[in-house]
Amino acid sequence: MDLEEPRRRPTLAVWKFASCDGCQLTLLNCEDELLGLAGAVEIAYFPEATRAVVEGPYDLSLVEGSVTTPGDLRRVQEVREASRRLVTIGACATAGGIQALRNFADVEEFTAAVYAHPEYIATLDRSTPISAHVRVDYELRGCPIDRGQLLEVIGAFLHRRRPRISAESVCMECKRRGNVCVTVAHGTPCLGPVTHAGCGALCPSYDRGCYGCFGPAETTNTVSLARRLRELDMSERDVARVFATFNAAAPAFAEQSARHTPPATGEDR
Amino acid sequence: MTHAEDGSREITVETLARVEGEGGMRILVEDGKVADVQLRIYEPPRFFEALLRGRGHTEPPDITSRICGICPVAYEMSACLAIEDACGVVVPEEVRLLRRLLYCGEWIESHTLHVYLLHLPDFLGYPGVVEMSADHRELVERGLRLKHAGNALMSLVGGRAVHPVNVRVGGFYRLTTTEELAQLRPLLVRALDDALATVTTVAALDVADFEQDYEYVALRTDADYPIEAGAFVTSSGRTFPPRDFDAWVTEQHVEHSNALHARLRDVGPYVVGPLARYSLNHDHLPPTARQAADAAGLGPVCRNPFRSIVVRAVELVTACEEALRIIDGWSDGGVPSVPVPPRAGVGYGATEAPRGVLYHRYELAEDGTVLDARIVPPTSQNLASIELDLRAFVQPRLDLDLDELTRQCEQAVRNYDPCISCATHFLDLTVEHG
Repeated sequence: MDLEEPRRRPTLAVWKFASCDGCQLTLLNCEDELLGLAGAVEIAYFPEATRAVVEGPYDLSLVEGSVTTPGDLRRVQEVREASRRLVTIGACATAGGIQALRNFADVEEFTAAVYAHPEYIATLDRSTPISAHVRVDYELRGCPIDRGQLLEVIGAFLHRRRPRISAESVCMECKRRGNVCVTVAHGTPCLGPVTHAGCGALCPSYDRGCYGCFGPAETTNTVSLARRLRELDMSERDVARVFATFNAAAPAFAEQSARHTPPATGEDR
Repeated sequence: MTHAEDGSREITVETLARVEGEGGMRILVEDGKVADVQLRIYEPPRFFEALLRGRGHTEPPDITSRICGICPVAYEMSACLAIEDACGVVVPEEVRLLRRLLYCGEWIESHTLHVYLLHLPDFLGYPGVVEMSADHRELVERGLRLKHAGNALMSLVGGRAVHPVNVRVGGFYRLTTTEELAQLRPLLVRALDDALATVTTVAALDVADFEQDYEYVALRTDADYPIEAGAFVTSSGRTFPPRDFDAWVTEQHVEHSNALHARLRDVGPYVVGPLARYSLNHDHLPPTARQAADAAGLGPVCRNPFRSIVVRAVELVTACEEALRIIDGWSDGGVPSVPVPPRAGVGYGATEAPRGVLYHRYELAEDGTVLDARIVPPTSQNLASIELDLRAFVQPRLDLDLDELTRQCEQAVRNYDPCISCATHFLDLTVEHG
């Protein structure tokens, strides 16, 4: 918010790169807060919600999705230039998303597998987070992001303070929620010890092990966890797979996945 | 629009607003005739079918849900059915019912998003829902309340509204309890009232006089309105099971699009979604929804795509009514999932996503490794028909000023609730004039 112009509502822009739309949908899923938010900020650019476009620059930009095309490389620079504050939302924008699995494969083979005329398709051979290209003021994790955390981040930027978002692991949230540990009690493999908090320990609350959709926590011991997963009878290949999903290119997860990927035999990717 | 020296005109919308994902449209008019219509899909490809190769047979529901944040349950459900089919497993009735209940939540959330936030502003003349709320506060609040009910249902049964975590091949991680459903029930009772009020509101809207002779394709079951299962039926009387889909539908890759265009064998372009489902299953609407459809004057078949908003509202009633029926019949003590041991084979799954039939096929190795995957989302099946609609719609309206024609064309595209995120594997309006 510009203190120099106290009567002008700050402007909000929502941008999309390669993604499923789920994180920006999370904004529209704030049913109780949406009209209040629209009173506090001017929704200046949000194609999924409105045809109206207010010219930038914008006080706060929320960016969803990863950079995957030659055009994106230029557009991400334009978005940064048009934004006073830029916050990336979700696993695609912060870590490259599940489409970053191409980073470990042959993208020409990928294109040929899906499209009859690969020559019509313009794509980069890597899916990269927004922060690989421009300065990012804050990164909000999750596949998808959490609604409450999104509102906290927007509120914090409007009031010019740091968002109160914990960088601890899902384990801490799980303990506070009073869940019985699914690994200790039932031997269920769980990525909770190494996964960034924010979901409220959702999976263990549904009798499921965490599958890492918020990406690595700030400090992780993935080596130790991988050893525990093997003790719980996960195969090497399944350990490799579990770290190679929606945050496959996040360094802490990519490294573990690589350690457990069996040597290529031509049968497995 | 541009007027070129040679007298041709072009209508272009670079970025279509209020659709899910990124696309545009371009219409070229030469000598007073519509010469070309292109829905452009520049949503970048994400290669899901390719990255599924080499994954485990338990992974496709979680992975494919990430194709679309608006209809993740549809992806989870079609993936589960296909994998279970490949492995020769049939899930217990309580699992089928809970899947249908979760899916009702997604229909409510997705249809309300489209009816109130994406489509209604076209009819009432606003750029978006926020601007619309300044003059129609109670209407918008009703929509947000209805949307909230759908999300609450998904959050309870699935764990969260976007990419639910509770779904697994073979069933669920945990069954929802009668106590939890009893707490949610009042929200859905209110939602049913709100859905009925929605039908009344949208049935009174002025719509374009425009009908097309569509070939409709939808699922159908012996008893229920199709949601989580069924076999294919078409308006020309063809019927086939999901395993024959590949023999009936071919996809073509066209140059202006990152999506593939689908055609029905011996027919050509066809339409899936609410209009198709309704017109092929009118006799299977639950009683309250059927009364609402009759009161709205819909008749058993609807061929005006601009009335799809009314059909969507009737389906909102259907989803609320079905959800309440399942909740009222629910009892605790079932098994959340059955084991799905892998085996070599091919499996097929088709369910009714809010935008239409979503087809999955997986080929598995003996150890469950995915060897091949094919996914055909509803929007790519509708692309060819959307272009045909635009052609037929624009021709008699070429006298309109460009802003108004462009606005109406955008509305014609939104009739289909296109999901570009899904179809990229969708849209930019350019109309060129002469």
